[in-house]
Amino acid sequence: MINWSDKLSTTVKNIPPSGIRRFFDLVTETKGVISLGVGEPDFVTPWHVREACIYSLEKGYTMYTSNWGMLELREEIARSLYHNYKVSYEPANEVLVTVGVSEAMDLALRAVVAFGDEVLVPEPCFVSYGPCTSLAGGIPVPIPTTEDNDFRVTAAQIEEKITPKTKALILSYPNNPTGATISREELMEIAKVVKKHDLIVISDEIYDELTYEGTHTCFASLPAMKSRTILLNGFSKAYAMTGWRLGYACGHPEVISHMTKIHQYTIMCAPITAQMAALEALQNGTDEMKKMVAEYDRRRRLVLKGLGEIGLSCFEPRGAFYAFPSVRNTGMTSEEFAEKLLIEAKVAVVPGNVFGANGEGHIRLSYAASVENLTEAIERMGRFISKSGLRSEDLAASG
Amino acid sequence: MDQKDREILEVLQDNSRLSFEQIAAMLGMDRQDVENRIKELEEKRIIAKYNSLINWEKAGEDVVSAIIEVKVSPQRGAGFDKLAERIYRFPEVRAVYLMSGRYDFSVLIEGTNMKDVAFFVATKLATIDNVLSTATHFVLKKFKQEGVILEDKEEDRRLVISP
Repeated sequence: MINWSDKLSTTVKNIPPSGIRRFFDLVTETKGVISLGVGEPDFVTPWHVREACIYSLEKGYTMYTSNWGMLELREEIARSLYHNYKVSYEPANEVLVTVGVSEAMDLALRAVVAFGDEVLVPEPCFVSYGPCTSLAGGIPVPIPTTEDNDFRVTAAQIEEKITPKTKALILSYPNNPTGATISREELMEIAKVVKKHDLIVISDEIYDELTYEGTHTCFASLPAMKSRTILLNGFSKAYAMTGWRLGYACGHPEVISHMTKIHQYTIMCAPITAQMAALEALQNGTDEMKKMVAEYDRRRRLVLKGLGEIGLSCFEPRGAFYAFPSVRNTGMTSEEFAEKLLIEAKVAVVPGNVFGANGEGHIRLSYAASVENLTEAIERMGRFISKSGLRSEDLAASG
Repeated sequence: MDQKDREILEVLQDNSRLSFEQIAAMLGMDRQDVENRIKELEEKRIIAKYNSLINWEKAGEDVVSAIIEVKVSPQRGAGFDKLAERIYRFPEVRAVYLMSGRYDFSVLIEGTNMKDVAFFVATKLATIDNVLSTATHFVLKKFKQEGVILEDKEEDRRLVISP
């Protein structure tokens, strides 16, 4: 009889399971739920993209590609980044096609983090940054961003956490789960700190196209930042291609070649079918993508107004497709609120603490859902809140 | 017509049941402004009608549609317009389009059975002065109408919760 707990790696055992897991089971068991807990578009991949993929299968594109990904795709990625941000990457050795940004993030961390290195992780953030840092042997150092500063990390907050062991900083704007964006000016301040302390920046910009107010600034486009930035992006959110698992990393040839080494031994290459589809998305998908973005923007406004009307204060999300309202004035914790809301009102949201300790007191609500479902869900939430009662002084404060 | 009007029309074309409040919220506009603009668009007949797209076949009702190609000789002075009016005034006629190419009008007719439709074409349409010929094409199956795929209710296949 084997005793697995003796056999398993301590590093892996120490990684906490995703906080979403338990909640996922609970939602699955409940009937008649409207879920606003989904972290992906409610659109299906545009037909022309699916059709291009089917055609590639008919033509027999079923083999490996270069470890880096198809050159034609890397050229399109470079072209699109230059078009959007005037940052130029050499397709031959500065672009690596990966299995989603998830893989790209793992590769980036494994390529730069040595045992004991510290990685600065502004929170709340996507759930993988901390665990992937630990798996790479590093130590994630959370930087709690606050609602007072619209969940943007500041240069001062970053500098405060820097030690001689700090190797890298992860940025992720527009942000999941808060919907926060960050201005060029603020990024310039951060860039100064990054330069002063000789840090690497891993910038996850998967939601870049989903920016509703102002324009997105690509961190690598800032003066002198391209060489120390590993830029991560992909097709999941803007082109509604989550299940295709396709992303990419761009950066200095030296780091990209080492990331490619890991990629080559662990993944070999991203699936060719997905690469074929992504090529079509970049070449002919802009119009449909913009339509989806316009649609998210409308729902964003609808949800924001609805939340205000039922007494939940919410800072204005300017990107991604999430709202991150505070539930403190209900007197409940994030988990209590989410669980009761699910059971009593049959609306699923994700408790904010899943995305970092300072997400406590918030819930993440995705507006990648139909207008009918959003309207119905907010009505249900409103009834739930008035039944549970808000603390009056807070209600007055939230207006 | 400005950008705001265009956005209102886009939103309404997709879902005409949205309330003024909802549209105002979605487009970041004032409710009263939305109401005034919609009233004006209605008055100008830019918004011609609010109706529902119904799949009668699914409802189990007998509906037969046909597309009739109509060749005509246009009238002096009135061109095609007078002739079109003679045709579109019939309630059986659901749509009339002037076409480029081999024939002139494309006329969509609905009736309860094939005999009805054929009879209508023979007695009412073909007999109009200046109608030279007609060709009737019965619709066998409707797959997509008004941008809506009729049989295909794409269910939400996403995981109920994901990070």
